Amino acid sequence: MTQMAIADSPRFRTILPRPRRRRHPIVRWYRRNERLLLSVLGIVLFFALWQIGSDRGLVDKFFFSAPTDIAVAAWNEIQNPRFWEDMKVSGWELLVGSVLGVIVSVPLGLVVGWYRRLNYAVDPWLNFANALPRVALIPLVVLTVGLGVEMKITIVFLGAVFTIMVATVEGVRTVERYLLDVARSFRASQRRIFTSLVIPGTLPFIVSGMRIAVGRVLAGVIIAEFYAQTQGIGVMILKAGYAFDSARMMFGILLFTLVGIILYEAVGYAERYFQRWRPAIEDAP
Amino acid sequence: MTAMQHLALSARGVRMEYRDRGSAGGQTLVALENVDLDVADGAFVSLLGPSGCGKSTFLKIVNGLIRQTAGEIRLHRVAKGREDAMVFQDAALFPWYSVTDNVAYGLVCAGVARKEARKRAQPYIELVGLSGFEDRYPYQLSGGMQQRANLARALAVDSAILLMDEPFAALDAQTRELMQAELLRIWNAAQKTVLFVTHQIDEAVFLSDRVVVMARRPGRIIADIPIDLPRPRALEMKRTARFGEYEDQIWRLIAGDVQNAAKENADG
Repeated sequence: MTQMAIADSPRFRTILPRPRRRRHPIVRWYRRNERLLLSVLGIVLFFALWQIGSDRGLVDKFFFSAPTDIAVAAWNEIQNPRFWEDMKVSGWELLVGSVLGVIVSVPLGLVVGWYRRLNYAVDPWLNFANALPRVALIPLVVLTVGLGVEMKITIVFLGAVFTIMVATVEGVRTVERYLLDVARSFRASQRRIFTSLVIPGTLPFIVSGMRIAVGRVLAGVIIAEFYAQTQGIGVMILKAGYAFDSARMMFGILLFTLVGIILYEAVGYAERYFQRWRPAIEDAP
Repeated sequence: MTAMQHLALSARGVRMEYRDRGSAGGQTLVALENVDLDVADGAFVSLLGPSGCGKSTFLKIVNGLIRQTAGEIRLHRVAKGREDAMVFQDAALFPWYSVTDNVAYGLVCAGVARKEARKRAQPYIELVGLSGFEDRYPYQLSGGMQQRANLARALAVDSAILLMDEPFAALDAQTRELMQAELLRIWNAAQKTVLFVTHQIDEAVFLSDRVVVMARRPGRIIADIPIDLPRPRALEMKRTARFGEYEDQIWRLIAGDVQNAAKENADG
């Protein structure tokens, strides 16, 4: 080897290592919890601006109320037995309608997705049913089951069933072809193909369907209660609005929002549980 | 080798046609034409050729995944277990199963209870060198380890014939060489007939007792070359002159075909 020249002339640009800095413990704690802290900050900031805005008269209190007024209204409400009666009714509609929706849509979706010819025949109707605004069906549902809780459960059910069924069918139809070959190669029975391949492969789709359904079942509860005007948190919102009691109205709206967030979180938890065999996205930097 | 040795597999006049859906006239593509092949029990035979020569198709026909248009294939019956098991291309593991459950899959399909199947899978996990990774999911394994699990899954059903469909094609060059040596070790331990599909000449020569060379359009056998290299074989053998001669001989047989295939792929 010949003697090399030394790289010290101005013709070289030097690339230096990244300086290692020891950060303050508070900074490190912040960095670890950055995501959570900023989300909380966002919410707090929103309510703070709302409060300041209504105190200064920038937000019309008559329509939008103020966080402190809403808190007072909430405190009065939770001591009122009528409120808990409303909660029970709305919760029951939500629970029964959603659970029925899942129980009906998942098995139907699995069957319709699996049998190609059945799929061809059912698909147009399924798309039709999914595209149809469910609100349009309320008069028909009232005609058939009346104005009682059955009607409201039916509306919630309709919000969930087609959404989840469409997602389930899609999941079954996109089952990996090469894994199907593996199952067939090992002479798996139809039942085994279902339990080892179709169901695990479809679960992520079912959960995504449920995620979309969360918004639709909540909308179902409100719309059905607005229409029936008997009992429930939806009725509470409606009556508070008619009485110009905007604090109570906002409390009802925020209550629905809270339930929505909790349901989304629950679906997210289910999603992570059923997909623990997948690399976690959060692991990425 | 004794004179009494029986055949593990015998194919006569196998033909496979596909209807070409792309062309309006419904042209017929001949994927395999008049394939005759005898494989002795315990032999390691490679099917080698450029893509489109029908080598994988032949393997799938033997495995029963697709049915041939004409001709027949006979597999020597076995007293218990199965005649054949497939090692798939690109590992093809169930992403939601752990290594153990993937390896036990064939046994579970054969009606063995899950617990018992997992127990019987264990020695094969050890044989392929995956001890300590039993509870990992496929995404937590490297490509080479996934292929080990894929191999163990086929070994676990204890079939007489192992069908291997380009199992190392997706691996990097170093891992591939390592896996080739591993496969010979496992083949030696498991005493099986292997039908190995590959498009890599050195891989075929290194592993096999015989290299069956195939050509495309139509897919057919054009040569059957016994590889007279001593066993056990080590990777260093690839650097010997005789190994090189085998490689040259096979390359000359397929060179024209490979160039045509490359041209078509570039055009298409």
